[in-house]
Amino acid sequence: MSADVTVARPAVVALPRKRIRWGEQFVHLILFIAAAISVLTTVGIVLSLLLPALEFFREVSPLDFFTGTTWAPLFLDAQFGVLPLVVGTLMISFWSALVAFPLGLGVAIYLSEYAAPRATAFLKPILEILAAIPTVVLGYFALTFVTPFLRDQVGVQVEIFNALSASLVLGIMLIPTIATLSEDAMAAVPRDLRDGGYALGADKLQVSTRIVVPAAISGIIAAFVLGFSRAVGETMIVLIAAGQLAQITFDPRETVETITAFIGATGNGDVPTGSIEYKTIFAVGLTLFVMTLVMNLISIRLVRKYREVYE
Amino acid sequence: MTVVDGALASGPPRRVWRNRLFQGAMLLCMLVAFGTLAVLLVDTLVTGWPALSSQLLTGLPSTLPEEAGARPAILATLYLGALVLLFSVPIGVLTAVYLEEYANRERWWNRAIEVNIQNLAAVPAIVYGILGLAFIVRGIGVGRVVLAGGLILTLVVLPTVVVSSREAIRAVPDSIRQGAFALGATKWQVVWRQVLPAAIPGIATGSILALSRAVGETAPLIMVGAITYVAFNPTLFGAYTALPVQIYNWTRQPDVDFQTLAAAGAIVLLVIVLTMNAVAIFLRNRYRKQW
Repeated sequence: MSADVTVARPAVVALPRKRIRWGEQFVHLILFIAAAISVLTTVGIVLSLLLPALEFFREVSPLDFFTGTTWAPLFLDAQFGVLPLVVGTLMISFWSALVAFPLGLGVAIYLSEYAAPRATAFLKPILEILAAIPTVVLGYFALTFVTPFLRDQVGVQVEIFNALSASLVLGIMLIPTIATLSEDAMAAVPRDLRDGGYALGADKLQVSTRIVVPAAISGIIAAFVLGFSRAVGETMIVLIAAGQLAQITFDPRETVETITAFIGATGNGDVPTGSIEYKTIFAVGLTLFVMTLVMNLISIRLVRKYREVYE
Repeated sequence: MTVVDGALASGPPRRVWRNRLFQGAMLLCMLVAFGTLAVLLVDTLVTGWPALSSQLLTGLPSTLPEEAGARPAILATLYLGALVLLFSVPIGVLTAVYLEEYANRERWWNRAIEVNIQNLAAVPAIVYGILGLAFIVRGIGVGRVVLAGGLILTLVVLPTVVVSSREAIRAVPDSIRQGAFALGATKWQVVWRQVLPAAIPGIATGSILALSRAVGETAPLIMVGAITYVAFNPTLFGAYTALPVQIYNWTRQPDVDFQTLAAAGAIVLLVIVLTMNAVAIFLRNRYRKQW
């Protein structure tokens, strides 16, 4: 050991480990167990979905399930084509994304580039309040306010239960998620980049759209992907406002059923264990879980990417 | 004079207008979000106000809207909130301490725990409901009781508690840890007597926000069998319904009076949830520390 190493890390040399502190070891174990609970949760989710779903696929061929275009699991002549549910889910997510992506990004740019600190301190809590509204209240609002509003004030001929109202409200619900995550990514863009832009004579619009947004793009896309995943997994708004008619349609004025709405409507605790209806919940739930899992992992990876670049 | 007039007449250059237009568009995004929020709050308040009575708070559910109340649902929601707080805060904080202070990030399992929690935060709430239905209600055979609902809601919000607690712990500067170590404290003494006390405001804020989310959560409770008609006060191991589920059930009734009741229930729920949020925001502003 040379002298300069001793100077750099004196503690290691000065305090050789003599005894194991059992108390400290015990604490470490307890902490690890607490952290392991989250892993067990994931294992539990996967098992609880996979086992009944496998039983389901013993009775219904996966090919019929994933390619069938008729969803009528509770009929006497039961049909298990999941496509209507998937199409309904994706359509509602698409329209809500159309609302939430531009609005959320606009809010993020405003908060990050334009708003004065005092304005931010006032605006952010309001955004949090929007994020805190329970989804059952949002669903009620979509059904009893937005749908009549679309019919009477806007003049769009929508069904009582329709994808459009649900999508609009779902889109508003997603704004805080997308705005907060995008703003985090923009805040991580170093000031130097902005100053460089201004030094070259760029104005605020140019700095925002051509420097900050491109520099934060992986974080912004992560926010979009996570927002879309939220839309796919949201239950109460679509269950209340979009209805329960499983059909393949691309017209948002019509009634549709999403994956989550089917699960929520069917799994109300009264379904007899072991019946085909009971197993259907898990097969459909597994489809939902895999869809959101893929999006979540993409989003997590993208966030890590921008963190690596700037932090 | 004429020169100045000419300059004014030509107006600001195009890029100034472009900038104003852009800023206006950003403001408009803000206004759409906040305007919708305002309309929602006002509409709920106006619709539900006539049905907001002591009967709603203390009465029992009924098939007649004029006699219906939500006492069992409100009580059960308070019980559920207490259970969530009881379970999620200790587990969440201990997990956060493990990840921030103890876990060696070179090890693959610690990185796996991290990614796992990030993913769990984005798993749809109804999937947790399926987990509850399969494992807790049917599997272990606890049944459709308050405890099962509390456990499932705990799992739903646990990632939120972990993430916010980690941020609070990370914000405690290293100099405090170094100082304690220099005085001969063990690792746990440093964490328990220095880091955690300093992180309490942040942890409390995050926990209250998580709790407010749990209280408003509906979908998983439907799955684990919070049932429609409960005409008695809930117990830990008894059947129950929760306020959001009660609102959902009223929403589904064709009778317009039940819609009014749903709005009144929504007011009660919003008051509970928004009060929690206000407390959280207050705590954050009051105890914001500049290290």
